[in-house]
Amino acid sequence: MPLNSGVPGGSLETKWDRHRFELKLVNPANKRKFEIIVVGTGLAGASASATLAELGYNVKTFCIQDSPRRAHSIAAQGGINAAKNYPGDGDSIWRLFYDTIKGGDFRSREANVYRLAQISDHIIDQCVAQGVPFAREYGGLLANRSFGGAQVSRTFYARGQTGQQLLLGAYSALMRQIAVGQVRMFPRREMLDLVMVEGNARGIVVRNLITGELESHAAHAVILATGGYGNAYFLSTNGMSSNVSAIWRAYKKGALFAHPSFVQIHPTCIPVHGTYQSKLTLMSESLRNDGRVWIPKSAGDQRLPDQIPESDRDYYLERIYPSFGNLVPRDVASRKAKELCDQGMGVGPTGYAVYLDFRDAIERDGEQVIRQKYGNLFQMYERIMAQNPYETPMMIYPAVHYVMGGLWVDYNLMSTIPGLFVLGEANFSDHGSNRLGASALMQGLADGYFIIPYTLGGYFAGTSLPDVSEGHPAFRESVKQVNETLKKMLAIDGKRTVDDFHKELGTLLWEHCGMARNDADMLKALKRIPELREEFWENVTVPGTPDQFNQSIERAVRVADFLEFSELLVEDALTREESCGCHFNVDYQTEDQEAQRDDESCCYVAAWAFDGEGKKPIRHEEPLVFENVELTERSYK
Amino acid sequence: MSETINLTLKIWRQKGPDDRGGFETHKARDISTDMSFLEMLDVVNEQLTLEGKEPIAFDHDCREGICGMCGLVVNGHAHGPERETTLCQLHMRHFKDGNTLVIEPWRARPFKTIKDLVVDRSAFDEIIQAGGYISVSTGGAPEANTMPVPLEDAELAMDAAACIGCGACVAACPNASAMLFVGAKISHLTLLPQGKPEAAKRALSMLKKMDDLGFGNCGNETECEAVCPKNISITNIARFNREFLKASFFSPEK
Repeated sequence: MPLNSGVPGGSLETKWDRHRFELKLVNPANKRKFEIIVVGTGLAGASASATLAELGYNVKTFCIQDSPRRAHSIAAQGGINAAKNYPGDGDSIWRLFYDTIKGGDFRSREANVYRLAQISDHIIDQCVAQGVPFAREYGGLLANRSFGGAQVSRTFYARGQTGQQLLLGAYSALMRQIAVGQVRMFPRREMLDLVMVEGNARGIVVRNLITGELESHAAHAVILATGGYGNAYFLSTNGMSSNVSAIWRAYKKGALFAHPSFVQIHPTCIPVHGTYQSKLTLMSESLRNDGRVWIPKSAGDQRLPDQIPESDRDYYLERIYPSFGNLVPRDVASRKAKELCDQGMGVGPTGYAVYLDFRDAIERDGEQVIRQKYGNLFQMYERIMAQNPYETPMMIYPAVHYVMGGLWVDYNLMSTIPGLFVLGEANFSDHGSNRLGASALMQGLADGYFIIPYTLGGYFAGTSLPDVSEGHPAFRESVKQVNETLKKMLAIDGKRTVDDFHKELGTLLWEHCGMARNDADMLKALKRIPELREEFWENVTVPGTPDQFNQSIERAVRVADFLEFSELLVEDALTREESCGCHFNVDYQTEDQEAQRDDESCCYVAAWAFDGEGKKPIRHEEPLVFENVELTERSYK
Repeated sequence: MSETINLTLKIWRQKGPDDRGGFETHKARDISTDMSFLEMLDVVNEQLTLEGKEPIAFDHDCREGICGMCGLVVNGHAHGPERETTLCQLHMRHFKDGNTLVIEPWRARPFKTIKDLVVDRSAFDEIIQAGGYISVSTGGAPEANTMPVPLEDAELAMDAAACIGCGACVAACPNASAMLFVGAKISHLTLLPQGKPEAAKRALSMLKKMDDLGFGNCGNETECEAVCPKNISITNIARFNREFLKASFFSPEK
């Protein structure tokens, strides 16, 4: 299948303007004739729902949680990038574009990333107008801080709760549209199937999580903004309900899945400390602005950190990467921590942690300043670890955080299924093989506020869509199939719990397809995953009945999908015969143990097509063409 | 250092909104003191599942204290005994071996029980729909730095905006008042210049909606502030009252 990205012609700077002009428009009277389904209410889903409704479309919005305000975007801490150049430190749209492309290790589309950088400034304007309380300077103007992978300060923030404040901004816009009846909100619903009619996406089947009822919803287009699948690894910084199901089911209906193996492992998380643990907690990357990462120079140094003198400490990021220091991109920082801990250099009770030390910053700026910047993060750390980070360094270790992979989309954010659009973390665009800090919020809001409102109109104006209602046989068929699968799952009545399977799958992925990958391990995982899946369908126990509020069924459905999806994740990693960004195959590394890209033969997007149950998926390639930036080794030294 | 403790849990079980419900006793054994409260419930639920019983339904999601989805009353305290803490961030090191914990859902007329410890908090969304926003559509927003906001106002607005909408304030209030929740939103938006044009209308309509939904009025018990996991101050209620009075006397909106 030739993958047509639909990137418009012309110079990089003019592509989006030109495209917006060339897209056909839907006149205001006709907009109200269209129904749009939005699944997910994180930054992308909430902003898209609100904006499309403001334009006059009829929107039906769905979320898993009891309120759209709880989507996991809310947990993003550090900030959102924009090329405003307020500090006057040399930033520009071009620099944000370049940093993002380079940060992604040259595995994303130039045109998409440039558009993202262009839109970034408008996002800040929009959010300020909504009342997002960004941090400010004494003069009342907006404050900025720096983040990984950049040498300028372009990150806007609201203490350590930027995601929360941006999401509440989008949520309030959504609430305003619900109040005027332009959006109908369906909380506590989980999408279990995509319904297609004559090759177009025309609706979804959801499970009402309160009653257990399967509901059909028809529309003229479906937008998935369902977030990432990091929970395939069981332990991650994601919310407990984050899952792959919506995009996985769309994949099985024909949408291509791009870069499933591009999983970001974030360097600064609270380390794993027990088998009962249900999730890992992120400590914002912004901490690396003032915190210094170090380990003792000699392995097994049992002294308390404050008794280890300067001469016995190895500030390894500053030593290896003098120009970026502690602010190297996430993949680089994570991999170094892992390498050193694997060599026995780590600290803490498990040996799988490094120090993040604020001693020098507190000496320089005073405790009060540090408290103002990071107070809530320090408090969270103290709660979990029962240690005071003002007095003793934090212990941190990498954890699964974000996925760059997702459904393949073209420049219009449309998947390979006409009428199915994918926004935010759920799509694959913009971040290549490594996302820079403070760029996820930017992308989610760019997609929702400023891209989909134009491109969806272009789709409607250029497509003739017959009337389809929930009575269409395609919905009945879909409900029947979903129902059968649920019944089958409940009838197994085996001996292992859903979580037990999930933990085993997660450990398998973490150990065999995590931060440093090799062919032998990945082949082992590819052998074990189908066995585990088979066992799941023979031996899982799911209590209760399907026609009620039943959290065990919710989890079972998600884990069943993770068990299928994981195979694709590993397959993708195995077939990418290079290292790039987060994807580090030990067979492809430079002399300095950095990722060794192969631009000759691997400069493409790998997008996978479902070819039927039990059959190997088919891989397609979209070549990545770089006309404006030079492919170089990504150096942060 | 980590150790393990054994606990007796008296947990509210209720099949559905129309069921009477009642307490059920369960043992939580070998609970690591490093676990969070919800991880302790996970352990109990795994055990129940293996025994072929139905696990206890409870709401939760981010498990890092920001989504506002979790929340239970533990021994009479919303979100448990620690101050400024959501239940997911409450660790078992704050309990002692042999403790008995009584665990109940939020109890307030506007929050109907769905099952066990899960309640319906959609009333909060309805209150926000009544005016908890600034009416600005996407596109056409002025350049972000055209309107300076004094640092102090921005900080106070942020203090109020930190509300996670968990509902603990309502659960702790003898009147099941939502004044802290509404006051926080009113304060957040009123303190900022962007929120001023709609201030009067917002105060009037959000209060009316709160009344209509069956939330009580504030009786200055200050229980809400005591349990708020984000330390939202009751000065926000005072500011709300001021805005409401101003609007009632001087606004053409009334």
